[in-house]
Amino acid sequence: MSIKFDKLAYSNLNDFVYGSSPKPITTKSGMVIGGGQIYPEINFTLPGMDVNDTTIKKATTIYSNIIDGVLKRASELYAPGVLVEFETLPDFTEHPKYGIEVNRILLNAMKEASEKHGLKTAIRTTPNDLREFSRPPIMRSGKYWDTMLELFTQVAKDGSDFISIESTGGKEVHDDALVKADIRKAIFALGVLGCNDMEFLWKHLIDIADANNCFGAGDSACGFANTAMVLAEKGFIPHVFAAVIRVTAVPRALVAFEQGAVGPSKDCAYEGPYIKAMTGCPIGMEGKSAAGAHLSPIGNIAAAVADTWSNESIQQVKLLSEMAPVVAMEQLIYDCRLMNAATDKGQQILFRDLLVDSDAALDVQAYVLRPDVVMRISAELVKTQDNFLRTKMAAKLTVQELKKAINEGKVKSDRRDMKWLDKMDKAIDTIPDDPNEFYEQMKSELDMEKFIPSEYGLK
Amino acid sequence: MATLKDVSQCVLDGDMDEVKVLVQQLIDDGTDPISIINDGLIAGMNIVAPLFKSGEMFVPEVMESADTMNEGMKIVKPLITDDDIPSKGKIIIGTVNGDLHDIGKNLTVMMMESRGYTVIDLGVDIKEEDFTAAIKKHNPDIVGMSSLLTTTMMKMDSTIKQLVKDGVRGKVKVIIGGAPITQEFADDIGADGYSEDASTAVELCDRMMIA
Repeated sequence: MSIKFDKLAYSNLNDFVYGSSPKPITTKSGMVIGGGQIYPEINFTLPGMDVNDTTIKKATTIYSNIIDGVLKRASELYAPGVLVEFETLPDFTEHPKYGIEVNRILLNAMKEASEKHGLKTAIRTTPNDLREFSRPPIMRSGKYWDTMLELFTQVAKDGSDFISIESTGGKEVHDDALVKADIRKAIFALGVLGCNDMEFLWKHLIDIADANNCFGAGDSACGFANTAMVLAEKGFIPHVFAAVIRVTAVPRALVAFEQGAVGPSKDCAYEGPYIKAMTGCPIGMEGKSAAGAHLSPIGNIAAAVADTWSNESIQQVKLLSEMAPVVAMEQLIYDCRLMNAATDKGQQILFRDLLVDSDAALDVQAYVLRPDVVMRISAELVKTQDNFLRTKMAAKLTVQELKKAINEGKVKSDRRDMKWLDKMDKAIDTIPDDPNEFYEQMKSELDMEKFIPSEYGLK
Repeated sequence: MATLKDVSQCVLDGDMDEVKVLVQQLIDDGTDPISIINDGLIAGMNIVAPLFKSGEMFVPEVMESADTMNEGMKIVKPLITDDDIPSKGKIIIGTVNGDLHDIGKNLTVMMMESRGYTVIDLGVDIKEEDFTAAIKKHNPDIVGMSSLLTTTMMKMDSTIKQLVKDGVRGKVKVIIGGAPITQEFADDIGADGYSEDASTAVELCDRMMIA
């Protein structure tokens, strides 16, 4: 049974701020995410290496070194708590024994840091969505489905606080939509395929979480909206298209919460502010702190309403000062310390607005993350419970919002932006309200060698 | 009366309907099909390429131009033999073993094809020995490899080693690309070239074909 979100979680814009959410979560160690202060969320990965039975010992040693290093630094800097994310590489999900072993190494190190330094920690384990290894993807059964659930189940049993995933249902269609800047196809991929898959997937993930004293934290439209952002950053697609995709991805993300996810949503889910506005659940975000992994036009504004602040990922390589994950840990802790200090002095709204104003006028992708824009669009999205309609509405409202902002000179734009916004506006208006009717329309445009309708509950 | 320049403009504009009309007119007027391809269709894409590189055109517009070129090609191709179809060279390309990322690779394929290369796209998660098999089957000039993860980039090294082992390394130039890839890495593993993105990949291939 789905949870309904039919009204905003906030009635006052000045309550919509980092570190605080209407539905905070208390971890096993006593961290209260969304309870008033923002926590650093550290993520890391291996340097370039093969992962197999011969090299796994080297890999686990590296992870051991990473976690010891980052937790030591967190203790030295008196961090009030750290959320550790173990985002597995595909090899670690394909061979669950690898992922389980590393997850246990991290849990043990966290336990030691608690005993030795009193450091509060929690861990989010994020296995890969292996289903895309089948081409076309098999989404609801088979060896990849079983293997990834095996890892989810064991890490939850072993004590992970949160489970997350960057799921890819619909990506096989969305990728084509991105390179063609085809908003109709994107809405089909996100609003029909993506939402259908999220409902199926997250029902299973919440069952695993509930059975193992673990929280289902949330998903990310990374393979959809962040891919769009990266393509826009390279100049491959218009920034306005990426900005519209960002918000169009929101209803899909919401499905996880309708199934029982409680947050914090994934760090790379930049649609998070919309989720927080509608659900009241805490969110993870990343921005300037993630520059080691990828660049973005939203470095500051991403923190405005975040409840955990992440670096996305960083390899275990030596920088001038220290190993890169330790450096990232320090940077996150200082960012959070500053934001929490502002909160302690009652200046969190001012700080939030500085984060917002420093970015929002400079790129349309930042503009759509303005708290007031988020609240305005979210207020419309909660008026329906139909996630396909929400997806279409999200795209339409964002196009209108951006047209207005550009016309009023509120955001920097490219001379071609209005042409693309007009194009999207017209295209969205051709989409029927009935998803089945839309699917029938789309059939002639879909590469049926790339996706299997029945894997999404379609005929 | 249609001209080759008009065809090039159609490609630039992404006008799929008009290109079919103009190409047919040129054929009916007795214009050499090879000339239609080289001096009309591909010539149009040769205008597109620098506009894309300079940021004046986005990928969707380049794709519309490429699709327009292909619509024109469909009309011309039946009039010439396969051996006469102009090709700057043959390239096989794939994302390496264990890696599923393909947007960059797909863009590279599109750019290469639109610039006159014959491209065989092997897809994603391509095992080392499958690159060898593809070389033996297709006899390419260039092999392109893509990877997006630090744990799969080493498969580029193992693939090159496999090509050496299978005795085919000397028959091809190997180029690599992807987010974690650098020129230094390419040099370390013995690749012949590295490109940062789809448009520079085509320029790299042009240089490889001359060398």
